[in-house]
Amino acid sequence: MTYRFNDVPEVRSNLKKVSYLADEGIAGVVYLSDRLQKPVLVEGPAGTGKTQLAKSVAEMSGARLIRLQCYEGLDESKALYEWNYKKQLLRIQAERNLTGDGSWEEIEDDIFSDEFLLTRPLLEAIQSEDPVVLLIDEVDRVEIETEALLLEILSDYQVSIPELGTVTARQIPLVFLTSNNTRELSEALKRRCLFLHIDYPDLEREREIILTKVPDINEALSDQIARVVRSVRQLDLKKAPSVSETLDWARTLVHLGVDHIDAKTATDTVNILLKYRSDIEKTVKEFATDESLNIDQSSDG
Amino acid sequence: MDKLDLTPTASPLLELLNGFIVELRQAGLPVSLTENLDAVAAVKHIPIEDREAFKYALAATLVKNHAHWRAFETVFEVYFSLRGEEYTLSGEDLEDAASEDSVASDNEQQLGQMPGQGGGQEGLTQEQLAEMLYRSLMNSDQNLMRAVSRVAVQRFAGMEPGRPVGGTYYLYRTLRNLDLEGVLERMLKEAELENAELDSLNRRLLKDEYEHRIEELKKQIEAEIRRRLVADRGVEAMAKTLRKPLPEDVDFMHASREEMVALKRAIWPLTRKLAARLARKRRHGRKGPLDFRNTVRHSLSYGGVPAEPKFKFPKPAKPEIMVIADISGSVAAFARFTLHLVYALNSQFSKVRSFVFIDGIDEVTQYFEGVDDITAAIHRVNTEADVIWVDGHSDYGHAFEVFNERYGKDVGPKTTVMILGDARNNYHASQSWVIKEIESKARKVFWLNPEPRSYWDTGDSIVSEHSAYCEGTFEVRNLRQLESFVENLV
Repeated sequence: MTYRFNDVPEVRSNLKKVSYLADEGIAGVVYLSDRLQKPVLVEGPAGTGKTQLAKSVAEMSGARLIRLQCYEGLDESKALYEWNYKKQLLRIQAERNLTGDGSWEEIEDDIFSDEFLLTRPLLEAIQSEDPVVLLIDEVDRVEIETEALLLEILSDYQVSIPELGTVTARQIPLVFLTSNNTRELSEALKRRCLFLHIDYPDLEREREIILTKVPDINEALSDQIARVVRSVRQLDLKKAPSVSETLDWARTLVHLGVDHIDAKTATDTVNILLKYRSDIEKTVKEFATDESLNIDQSSDG
Repeated sequence: MDKLDLTPTASPLLELLNGFIVELRQAGLPVSLTENLDAVAAVKHIPIEDREAFKYALAATLVKNHAHWRAFETVFEVYFSLRGEEYTLSGEDLEDAASEDSVASDNEQQLGQMPGQGGGQEGLTQEQLAEMLYRSLMNSDQNLMRAVSRVAVQRFAGMEPGRPVGGTYYLYRTLRNLDLEGVLERMLKEAELENAELDSLNRRLLKDEYEHRIEELKKQIEAEIRRRLVADRGVEAMAKTLRKPLPEDVDFMHASREEMVALKRAIWPLTRKLAARLARKRRHGRKGPLDFRNTVRHSLSYGGVPAEPKFKFPKPAKPEIMVIADISGSVAAFARFTLHLVYALNSQFSKVRSFVFIDGIDEVTQYFEGVDDITAAIHRVNTEADVIWVDGHSDYGHAFEVFNERYGKDVGPKTTVMILGDARNNYHASQSWVIKEIESKARKVFWLNPEPRSYWDTGDSIVSEHSAYCEGTFEVRNLRQLESFVENLV
């Protein structure tokens, strides 16, 4: 068994090469998932780069990314495989019209073969000859019953098809499942995965992210943006700004030719960072209050 | 999967890991056997001297719920605090601090000469220490901060060996002597002098930054205290002292402010779940009547034979919810939580009506409608709702009577009624016939009681008089119980 990565720092630096700035925890879990051959369940607030992690890992290791987007009502025929019954029908008719002497068993064997199987993302991922990164996106959207579909492939990297037998993986794919935590996932699923919680980045990492992702931004501005965002996230808001919103804001400021944020610029552009009116009002109010006054009062009292 | 390595060389670590996992289970984390094995397999791939990586490896395999992270971290810090760089470097890093920072070199030299453990701190006056603290925070100098926190704990905490207390007491004593608020003020003044044209935003940012640094320092001090306690009293005893209930086990009635914030966040997914539960029931329920047009249309692909009957979707019944909540003093903490729940419910269901009572009852639905800010809504409920009839001591009987009189006609066969309260009636008449009447009209009546079951029907509690007419009476003291209530609702 050869491993994809040698050590944690290597994962980290390789991810950095494809503009994904991982912290110690993220890199460590990616590394472990390769070593232990276990899927990674990635959880965290929206817009912190959960899906991007899978994409970046695929890019960095030169693997093909196969993505299964989950939604309510997802079933076997969309996730695993489906028999191409139209083609099966044609096959049966062709048999009858051309020769007419094929025995029942022969035809039956024939129409339940690989040729008539439509592979869906999960089956495709384990059948692939080349290295693959499988991304199962927003797994919390499927019903708890449908989760069971995933269990076999996640623990044994195989799919059982009644008519064909068991298809085992030609290579072990790296699997990432993302969840927005709208519901508790089943114990069975969690047990099979490594767990990774991606939170909002800390100040240094966010600054780095801005510097990498936003062209033509200078260090001072990115530092200031990261600081503002950190302060905003500390407020009790309905929806804290995500990394992607931070980047949008940074790009806007660059376009506006701002190189130093003051209270007025922040107030004028904060609607890019926040999406709820009440949040915006609260933030503007917070930033407008003069802190030095408050301090003087508190020291008196 | 790799075989377990049980050779003698591996066993000290294995033993430590075992103790660690036992403690995690004691703290309430559900660690299964497979996860245990995964953890053992994982740490074999991690260089043992890399403490952070080691921590994340354990977390990834053992902790599958982010809400449990804090509990995990506490146990980890206790079990592995005597390992890792901070501990082994106890002597040298002081000197590191001295050599790295040239600005404050004279003071640090003094510090650097001090032994890491015990005695010798006479070399540093109170003022000098305060100055170093200030400078370490101002320059965000991690090494100096660590050194300062070590000295501070040594000098101020007054730790006595063998004393069975948690770290909080020592932390309090240390922080009181450091006067961090004064330091913050000084830092801000200094920054303002340096930079005269700071506007409100940037001043704010600066303050946040300094507060952040002070938090860091507090964490350092806490870690230092913990390290000493562990060294003194041993790992198991310490872990036991520090054990705290998991977020889902925190009692609503006695939740601290911090715990309350965590609870608030947890309510949202719960109401979504509640909504999903009710919606799912609708979707999976009986199919609707035959859809003739659709069946005929589909019959064309079978040569006109209606082989696949199609059905209309049943019209979903919109659930109506009425929440009646006690907000009297005896359940104050619970009531605050209740209002959050009501607010969350409001966003998930189209028809939620909410009522609050003490000895009078008032409808508060409109306070929650179209409100973005829950605190404003709660403030309005607390100040504007007319809930006091005579003396402001809870009187369930009277409140229910008035409810029945004013709103009883709105209770219909689609209505689910949820009553939240401890049923402590101050020896007033119970008027439980009202509940009986509501029950006969409503779809279901549930009673959620924040008191432990063993307290029910003691003193002035009249749970069973009412519960006789409820579909179910549930003890809901923590999130876990609330969750199981929601789970079993269908």
